[in-house]
Amino acid sequence: MSGTKKETGFTFTIDGIEVTAYAGQTVMEAADEAGVYIPRLCDHEGLRHQGSCRVCTVKAGGRSVAACTQPAAPGQAVENETPHLNKMRRDLVEMLFHEGNHLCPICEASGNCELQAMAYRLDMTETTRFPYLEPCRALDASHPDIALDTNRCISCGRCIRASEDVDGKGVFGYVGRGIHRRVAVNGENLADTDAQVTDHAISSEVCPVGCIIRKRVGFVTPIGEREFDKGLIGHEIEERRK
Amino acid sequence: MDNGQACTNGLSSTACDVSAVPGEEIAAICKAFGNDKHRMLDILRTVQDRYHCISPSTMDRVATETGLSRIQVEGVASFYSFLSLSPKGRITIRLCDDIVDRYAGLAEVTAAFEQVLGIRVGETSPDRAFSLEYTPCIGMCDQAPAAMINDVVLTRLTADTARAAAEALKAGLTPEHLVSERFSDLTPHERANRMVDNNVRHAGEVLLGPVPEDAGLNKAAAMMPAQIVTAIEDSGLRGCGGAGFTTGRKWRFAAGERAERRFILCNADEGEPGTFKDRVLLSERPHLLIEGMTIAARAVGASEGILYLRGEYVYLRELVEQVLEERRRRGLLGKDILGVRGFDFDIRLQLGAGAYICGEEGALISSCEGLPGEPKTRPPFPVNRGYLGHPTVVNNVETFCHAARILDRGAGWFHAMGTEGSHGTKLFSICGDCLNPGIYELPYGHSVREILEMAGGQDAAAVQVGGPSGAMIARDSFHRKLTFDDLATGGAIIVFNGERNILEIVEYYMSFFVHESCGYCTPCRVGNVFLQKAIGKFRKGLANPEDIEYLKELSGTIIETSRCGLGMTSPNPILTTLKNFPLVYSALTKPNKDGIRDTFDIQSAIDGARKIAKRRSYIFDRDFTQ
Repeated sequence: MSGTKKETGFTFTIDGIEVTAYAGQTVMEAADEAGVYIPRLCDHEGLRHQGSCRVCTVKAGGRSVAACTQPAAPGQAVENETPHLNKMRRDLVEMLFHEGNHLCPICEASGNCELQAMAYRLDMTETTRFPYLEPCRALDASHPDIALDTNRCISCGRCIRASEDVDGKGVFGYVGRGIHRRVAVNGENLADTDAQVTDHAISSEVCPVGCIIRKRVGFVTPIGEREFDKGLIGHEIEERRK
Repeated sequence: MDNGQACTNGLSSTACDVSAVPGEEIAAICKAFGNDKHRMLDILRTVQDRYHCISPSTMDRVATETGLSRIQVEGVASFYSFLSLSPKGRITIRLCDDIVDRYAGLAEVTAAFEQVLGIRVGETSPDRAFSLEYTPCIGMCDQAPAAMINDVVLTRLTADTARAAAEALKAGLTPEHLVSERFSDLTPHERANRMVDNNVRHAGEVLLGPVPEDAGLNKAAAMMPAQIVTAIEDSGLRGCGGAGFTTGRKWRFAAGERAERRFILCNADEGEPGTFKDRVLLSERPHLLIEGMTIAARAVGASEGILYLRGEYVYLRELVEQVLEERRRRGLLGKDILGVRGFDFDIRLQLGAGAYICGEEGALISSCEGLPGEPKTRPPFPVNRGYLGHPTVVNNVETFCHAARILDRGAGWFHAMGTEGSHGTKLFSICGDCLNPGIYELPYGHSVREILEMAGGQDAAAVQVGGPSGAMIARDSFHRKLTFDDLATGGAIIVFNGERNILEIVEYYMSFFVHESCGYCTPCRVGNVFLQKAIGKFRKGLANPEDIEYLKELSGTIIETSRCGLGMTSPNPILTTLKNFPLVYSALTKPNKDGIRDTFDIQSAIDGARKIAKRRSYIFDRDFTQ
């Protein structure tokens, strides 16, 4: 099997590191396999690529593209960890912070939150210059086992794709346009849908932030022992290369 | 935006009257469109026109009939400006609030409507007779201020004519009656011409001069498809919608793709503020347009086409449909066109519903598929996998018209006009502070100054070339030429005299992009709001010198990381004015005394709490006496 893979495989470089890819693979898929981490928020293993958060923006052939949707091309020189790209990624992460209401100290997801972890990885340590949009979004606690606090939603749509493609349900979807575009549920509220706490869409790995909350299990893992207390986001991928 | 407003639990206080619309009627509407989910925009438009609202129960029923989920229906219904989840009046008055309309007296017109109808912009009258709204450019900048009254267009409004129209509507007359007492006796062409002037100021050799009927199509029918593609390639024709991609290459890619079905889509979603050339072609040269689409169909082997007409041009719907019907009758559409065996092609009209982004070809395809008008991930490109996954050619109205003329007169004839790299003629829609706003068909290569002289706009201090996504230039650039390589434009040339406030224009254009961003990607959705707020800071005199650098940096991030052309160009009003009118910015900045960045506005931050508590803040409300 590996023999056939090798036949169709080709190489390209990311920041000078040679990476093998196969026909149909995206830049990010090939990078993940090779142990090169490209920051991302809306992309998640096992889900369709969406290319909406733009945090995975890389330079390929001089053009800025989203690594999660860009097909890998033979011989291409891709730039990933450059000060310029990381500055833009930091801008994007800051935009997501400012678009919603992200109060890390009171958030159950703190330490497990990919947005927070990405901010650390991208060195978002200075006072930001962006204005706070301070939206006012209603909490949906109608469901017996699940609560939704869309103030923390970053519109990554991972729950939408997980529910549609993995659970076969379609509990979530986007509504609205522009700055009003947001994730909503298929009905009046979450209790009105067929969402179950056992859905993949509801699992802790799908929602990158603290928007989808499983009731009665908050703070089971204490602060200090959480996912990103162990290492920077992306470290599992980077360790593949060592 | 709901920023700073009190929480309302997300529930609209005026939800649609659920019992009002019988489910069977909704089912009948769905059935009329074959219960086809890809016709969602038509279904929802019909519901909106008939019931003035798309209620939750309606969405449930539409979902059931079309095999979708309610959230998918809601995603579409909540995307388009002309669709509404809350009840609207039986007559919706949409005042065009483009900057050109504002400078032409929109405020007085608005006041007249508000006064007579007793409602303010954004409101619906309690008896549900009227809704009054603002809407971005409806493509009538040459006869501003303009408004849509349901499907009828009124132009050159004044306070007096607005008042008269509002009073007539209030007295129970139909919008059509405002156009003519004998509206029903008029032909579609007469109706359109009564509503809107075409203002053709200069007819060029290719499109607006004499055009023999179907001469290009007759020649194309006798040619091999590959010869047609070669002719278009040799002519040097490039897309006229703004992006300027080589038309022949596009056709060649689509023709070369292995496929069972191929599609020809016409982009008549002319939404760039200040652009109205396609409007004029649609009413002056509709046959030429369909001829061009038919030629493209033969060239790439397509048998199905869609003409995507922007919702704002609904007044042209009948006219276009009549032309399609006539051509079917004459054997110029349908099976075996012109008697050529296997030359089959027909076109359906798809009406938009108020979304600038649908002018982006991927978003246009999404919209035709019945989805929210969001651009598609590229690759694949539409020529490889477009409408419903089939190879699709999307071209602008003007591009198809040119193609038809090229087939008649030959590639060399077209290639000889214009300049190297920008061949043929181009329609320019000129508006704003000039004596003769309207359409000018000219070969590529004229300077801005020459065009201003033709249009009587010699007093111009600033010219917006290509609309907000193009460039704002100052007098020192008026020698520059209108070509793809110098100043590219989809047609818009907006003239501003020395009395206009550049930053007011920039702020308006940024609010336009905020309104029209689809919201799919972070930089365009959020970044444009930040840019708009930053310009607001300049306008209020609160900007620091560092804010100029901030504008440039933020613009850079938006341009480089956005997913489609909207975000890649939306900072242009700021960047081009920073470059060409630097004093406008620097004159308004002053260093902050205490060095504090004022990104945080305590007043707007506590406003929500103030409303909930129904009292003022003892700490932050300065005047305690009131």
